[in-house]
Amino acid sequence: MPEDRRKTKSKYTTDRNIPGAFEGETVTRRRFMTGTAHTAGAIAAGAFTLPALGFALGPIFKKHNVPWQDVGGVNDFPDNTYIPKTITIVEGIGEAGRSTAYIRKRNPQIDTDKPDQYNNFIAISTRCMHLGCPVAYRSAAQRFICPCHGGVYDFLGQVTGGPPVRPLDRFYTREVNGRVQIGPRYSVNRELRRFSPRDPGEPLDGIGQYLYPSRPSVRKIPGT
Amino acid sequence: MPKLKLPKLPAPPLPPSMQPPPPRPGTTNGNGKSNLPPAVEAAAEAGTTVVDWLDERTSLSGATRWLLFRKVPKGTNWFYTLGSATMFAFLNQAVTGVFLAMYYDPSPTHAYESARYITNTAFLGEFVRGMHKWGSTVMVILVFLHMGRTFFFGAYKYPRELNWIIGVVLLILTMTMSFTGYLLPFDQRSYWATIVGVNINGTGPLVGPYLSDFLRAGPEFGATTLSRFYAIHMLLLPGLIAALIGAHLYLVAKLGTTAPPWLKAEVDPELREEEA
Repeated sequence: MPEDRRKTKSKYTTDRNIPGAFEGETVTRRRFMTGTAHTAGAIAAGAFTLPALGFALGPIFKKHNVPWQDVGGVNDFPDNTYIPKTITIVEGIGEAGRSTAYIRKRNPQIDTDKPDQYNNFIAISTRCMHLGCPVAYRSAAQRFICPCHGGVYDFLGQVTGGPPVRPLDRFYTREVNGRVQIGPRYSVNRELRRFSPRDPGEPLDGIGQYLYPSRPSVRKIPGT
Repeated sequence: MPKLKLPKLPAPPLPPSMQPPPPRPGTTNGNGKSNLPPAVEAAAEAGTTVVDWLDERTSLSGATRWLLFRKVPKGTNWFYTLGSATMFAFLNQAVTGVFLAMYYDPSPTHAYESARYITNTAFLGEFVRGMHKWGSTVMVILVFLHMGRTFFFGAYKYPRELNWIIGVVLLILTMTMSFTGYLLPFDQRSYWATIVGVNINGTGPLVGPYLSDFLRAGPEFGATTLSRFYAIHMLLLPGLIAALIGAHLYLVAKLGTTAPPWLKAEVDPELREEEA
């Protein structure tokens, strides 16, 4: 047993001449105390940091439910022009939670997307797919025009000019007892294929749908 | 154990300006002692007494001297005040912001009304809100001028790189402050500007969609978006900025300021002779 405990490499405290060492002990009491204090500090800090982070990040994973809303009778909507309707996107926050949708009856001669129970009426969202400003339908030009950066969309909502990266979003629609109801939002690519809702500025053609994945907070209706 | 007797060191000489002034004629009675009543004497010394009391317990005078009585290089000029100007712009934002918070209500249905109340009804409300609004623009301009000064004077070089990095973080935090504060008046402009700003965040590949969900607290501009922006604007970011300004200033005091680049370093006269 060497005289100077710093000169030995042994992991046993008894070999290192540490006062109070006992057989088989490898961790000194000082090291154990330091480790305990650090662990206790880390647990205490984590105890308030992790819940706070979860609290702030929670809304990313929370499903946002959109109720079906009545927008009018089935005969209120022609198939050659759009009727604007005010809809509620978020409840309980007044005007800030409202938006406008442009609605018309499906016209089989121009609407080439696959018909199903959710698109007997075409409901176009006014959210510009450049950065989210509100577009307006100009019936004389049969175009949707965005006031912010000059995005232009045709009658189907396809981009015909300006910076938008994909056609205008749509809403699911359905008929219930002769009334038209408008439901959740979905996004479309250039072939008008349905995708889970994406934010503006996120293309869905080619690699875009993988670069901008869908979010847990909003999904399209499964199987549509 | 006998008490160790230390030799008494002479006090360092004080510069003439700091020496106690000679007593005014008539206030002493010939032997150097004041003839004022002791209470008046004590009152006159109250300030010194308080400062001495604090200093004896905190030793703050050394730190204060270290921070404020620094040597500055020759050629220091008005451009060197841009950093302090930025800090005072931040202090203006902090103080006016605290008082605006007394009236402001961050709920989507009341925010606009409370902001309008501040401007139209509250005493000096228009002034305080104006100071906060225009002060934010002034602060951003000053930040960039300060950054330009640092860049063109080469003050980011060794050993001051870390201070440049802290400065860049402060710049980003200032921009985040501007972004989150822009929503708070909750008029048409701030609402749509925030929609656009959040969607710009969303265009980042892979993380963008989740980032914009985080900023909005959901997939749509919702009931808690405004209060989320408000909490970030008035609690999270000011704390971070204040802490980083402290670190920034500590490094300035520790490393000193740079001479302007047009000033040549003076060579020691002995070395100059050797060269010749």
